[in-house]
Amino acid sequence: MKIVVPVKRVVDYNIKPRVKADGSGVETTGVKMSMNPFDEIAVEEAVRLKEKGVASEVVVVSIGVQQAQDTLRTAMAMGADRAILVLSEESPEPLAVAKVLKAISEKEQPGLFILGKQAIDDDMNATGQMLAGLLGWGQGTFAGKVDVADGRVKVSREIDGGTEDISVALPAVVTADLRLNEPRYASLPNIMKARKKPMETLKAEELGVDMARRLTVVSVAEPPQRQAGVKVGSVGELVEKLRNEAKVI
Amino acid sequence: MTALVLLDHEEGRIRKSALSAVTAASQLGDVHVLVAGDAAVAQVAAAIPGVTKVLHAADAQYAHELAEPLAALIVSLAGNYDHIFAAASAVGKNVLPRAAALLDVQPIPDVVSIVDANTFVRPIYAGNALATVRSSDAKKVLTVRGSAFDAAPAEGGSASIETVAPAANLNVSEFVAVHLSDSERPELESARVVVSGGRGLQSEEKFHILEPLADKLGAAIGASRAAVDSGFVPNEFQVGQTGKIVAPELYLAFGISGAIQHLAGMKDSRVIVAVNKDPEAPIFQVADYGIVGDLFEIVPALTEALN
Ligand SMILES: Cc1cc2nc3c(=O)[nH]c(=O)nc-3n(C[C@H](O)[C@H](O)[C@H](O)COP(=O)(O)OP(=O)(O)OC[C@H]3O[C@@H](n4cnc5c(N)ncnc54)[C@H](O)[C@@H]3O)c2cc1C
Ligand SMILES: Cc1cc2nc3c(=O)[nH]c(=O)nc-3n(C[C@H](O)[C@H](O)[C@H](O)COP(=O)(O)OP(=O)(O)OC[C@H]3O[C@@H](n4cnc5c(N)ncnc54)[C@H](O)[C@@H]3O)c2cc1C
Repeated sequence: MKIVVPVKRVVDYNIKPRVKADGSGVETTGVKMSMNPFDEIAVEEAVRLKEKGVASEVVVVSIGVQQAQDTLRTAMAMGADRAILVLSEESPEPLAVAKVLKAISEKEQPGLFILGKQAIDDDMNATGQMLAGLLGWGQGTFAGKVDVADGRVKVSREIDGGTEDISVALPAVVTADLRLNEPRYASLPNIMKARKKPMETLKAEELGVDMARRLTVVSVAEPPQRQAGVKVGSVGELVEKLRNEAKVI
Repeated sequence: MTALVLLDHEEGRIRKSALSAVTAASQLGDVHVLVAGDAAVAQVAAAIPGVTKVLHAADAQYAHELAEPLAALIVSLAGNYDHIFAAASAVGKNVLPRAAALLDVQPIPDVVSIVDANTFVRPIYAGNALATVRSSDAKKVLTVRGSAFDAAPAEGGSASIETVAPAANLNVSEFVAVHLSDSERPELESARVVVSGGRGLQSEEKFHILEPLADKLGAAIGASRAAVDSGFVPNEFQVGQTGKIVAPELYLAFGISGAIQHLAGMKDSRVIVAVNKDPEAPIFQVADYGIVGDLFEIVPALTEALN
């Protein structure tokens, strides 16, 4: 079984995002970019399934600008076998990404897609569900545990009140939650090896996908900032303030 | 204009954030709601003021709110509606993007404010920026942040209930089991007070030190990702960018450093209290009241002082 893992290049999670002065978006030029942390978890899960003999090949895909090839190399250093870069403008919308991935699916015929549950830049939490819808496949989202056996994938999902177990027929789409696994660090020899792994470059138009945006950004603004309050010296003082000043207890 | 709101529920109760989605939808016009499964919930939904019709999906395939049948059902009903809403809950986030893709619509997740019928505000980058976006899609598919809209009241309305015909089912997924943490405490997302612990709590046993305090305050218990990853508490306790978003009257953070991913889930609380032994911890930058000190001394003293 082949597994396809879409990976997105995003502003590194350690960087505090800054809104551009003209309100057109968040500053990304000159800012450290990394693989979306949820996608590292997705790659790790796919590589583990290959190591267990469940998967035969792991293909990583990124849709975006040329620099996304660095993200794809990182994924191959973690153990993915080959990569596909689909060139488009930066950060296309989930609907367009899902359509590109559907076209990739028709070419590659995977048994499983594993995506991150959300990208930490736009926090949409949508692409995997949309891909599953377009393919007419089942979906196991927010996965905390994944077992593949007998043509099905059993997924333990993180839900609001606890966890839910579902069983989905293959081919299927799974999206990775934080606790699915702890991604490995790529070793230096594996980083060197990844440089020689194959990377195919396509253009979104070649796949016949309409990438037009449906959402226009009217403006991007800083949220109202909270002011730091006061430090109090004792528990007694805290209780007094909560009672008489804030009136919350 | 009429909007359809998917009302998700758990153990016979409508999720509070779904009631917030009703409030959001009613800003645009008439509201119909869709209840999958539990017939008793459809009855409860009929009493929500402002709801004019309850669509009840009674067929067994909808009992567990699985994404594939429910998205197909929403698509079959979508013709009558300009806007389709759900809570930004685990169910809403699972089902609505799928339905949107089938309708060839780009969904708008986590809406915190409605500007007009086409324009919405949503947080991006863990709430470090607020984007105002305008949709060019004919239909809008949106999920709503529960913390941004008041919940619709439970009583006062008298909507009609209509059973809807099932849509074609792909039969690709099966419900196996659900494991809910049984707690006497209020739900994290709707609690008036939240007592949260981080890595500073050190262990699962020591985390219990927060319970008497939470009992005294009638509070829900929350946690940072570090506390969940270390196994102190289950995943449903996590507050933050990738956990629950809460905005209680009072949020007390013990042994939490204040990473941006954690702040994303609680910085809209009315009053924030932080207890941390590190005076430089970033949590103090958002706290109204802070105490620098050892939480293992402060928590029992605070519990005692509330007597
Ligand atoms: C220059 C610029 C202009 C923009 N203009 C607009 C605009 O006008 N309107 C607007 O709404 N937004 C705009 N955006 C934001 C952009 O549309 C979002 O990035 C997009 O909505 C994706 O959401 P998400 O990444 O949060 O998806 P999610 O659904 O959260 O992503 C989930 C998973 O899908 C996969 N995935 C997602 N994207 C990719 C990808 N490109 N390649 C591979 N895998 C992927 C990954 O596995 C990821 O973990 C702009 C961004 C930029 C940088
Ligand atoms: C993709 C991604 C998503 C994430 N999503 C979330 C999320 O949703 N929610 C979330 O919380 N995090 C999230 N994180 C993790 C986040 O970046 C931080 O790692 C996490 O919040 C740290 O938790 P903490 O504050 O408990 O631990 P630490 O940062 O280790 O802080 C522990 C604090 O406890 C204090 N302390 C220790 N002992 C005591 C004592 N005896 N008395 C008083 N104070 C004490 C220390 O001074 C320190 O400040 C995410 C990270 C990534 C990469």
